[in-house]
Amino acid sequence: MNCEKQMSMLKKIQEMQFVAVELNLYLDTHPCDVEAINDFNCAVQMLEKRKKAYQDEFGPLLNFGFGGYSKEPWQWAMGPWPWEM
Amino acid sequence: MWIYEKSLERPVKISRPDPAFAKLVITQYGGPDGELSASLRYLNQRYSMPTDKAKALLTDIGTEELAHMEMIAALVYKLIEGADPKDMEAAGWGGQYAQHNHGLFWTDANGVPWSAKYIACLGDPITDLAENMAAEQKARTTYEHLIDLTDDPCVKDTLRFLWQREVVHFQRFGECLNDVQEHMSKMNTWCGYEMRK
Ligand SMILES: [Fe+2]
Repeated sequence: MNCEKQMSMLKKIQEMQFVAVELNLYLDTHPCDVEAINDFNCAVQMLEKRKKAYQDEFGPLLNFGFGGYSKEPWQWAMGPWPWEM
Repeated sequence: MWIYEKSLERPVKISRPDPAFAKLVITQYGGPDGELSASLRYLNQRYSMPTDKAKALLTDIGTEELAHMEMIAALVYKLIEGADPKDMEAAGWGGQYAQHNHGLFWTDANGVPWSAKYIACLGDPITDLAENMAAEQKARTTYEHLIDLTDDPCVKDTLRFLWQREVVHFQRFGECLNDVQEHMSKMNTWCGYEMRK
């Protein structure tokens, strides 16, 4: 079913999120590295785009209102959950 | 506040169920050098750190460790998926079945339950950052032992990713320790207290 598409869209998010995680930790100890800040902002921009596309189709990636709107029925409570994928 | 993201940090795949390996890798869930210990150790130390940089790094690495804990949980979940009581017993994990069935529990590879004794917080930033550097090396070593104990290439792949993150965390904690030491020498303070002459 749709799971293949969901997983491949999620993988794109995970890839870009990893770039953001790695740069975030690096910047915590190198806060004046302008080039790294630019790279971080670039990653955030790409990540936002990918997250929006995913969430429009599969519902919020984040709970408590941080992941955008829900369609009906309540999309947050729908599987598959991360450990099941 | 923490927000849950409905995604693993990295996909976790296995080639085949392997409850015998689940019994070993559970140590990175609830063992001394596992991901629960790591996340709690770092998040808890934030309150006695003297610099904003150190508070940021502990927040971020502590949060990433929570994500690693979830990856280990996903790995164990998949390795025992579909295993019946006999399979669990044959894998040497009958005790797990008796007490927890397919539920996860915080133990090391020898079944010893998780303990707060695994984490330290002396409230001295130098001591605590040095503790964290040692903790990252212990986690790295444990991942190396676990990689030696499986021949499933998908499992090795997940463990190698987590192994590599420990190396990065060690590096960042080292930089943070240098920065905190420099900060404290400038402030003419030691361990957060004014030096009395
Ligand atoms: Fe780590």
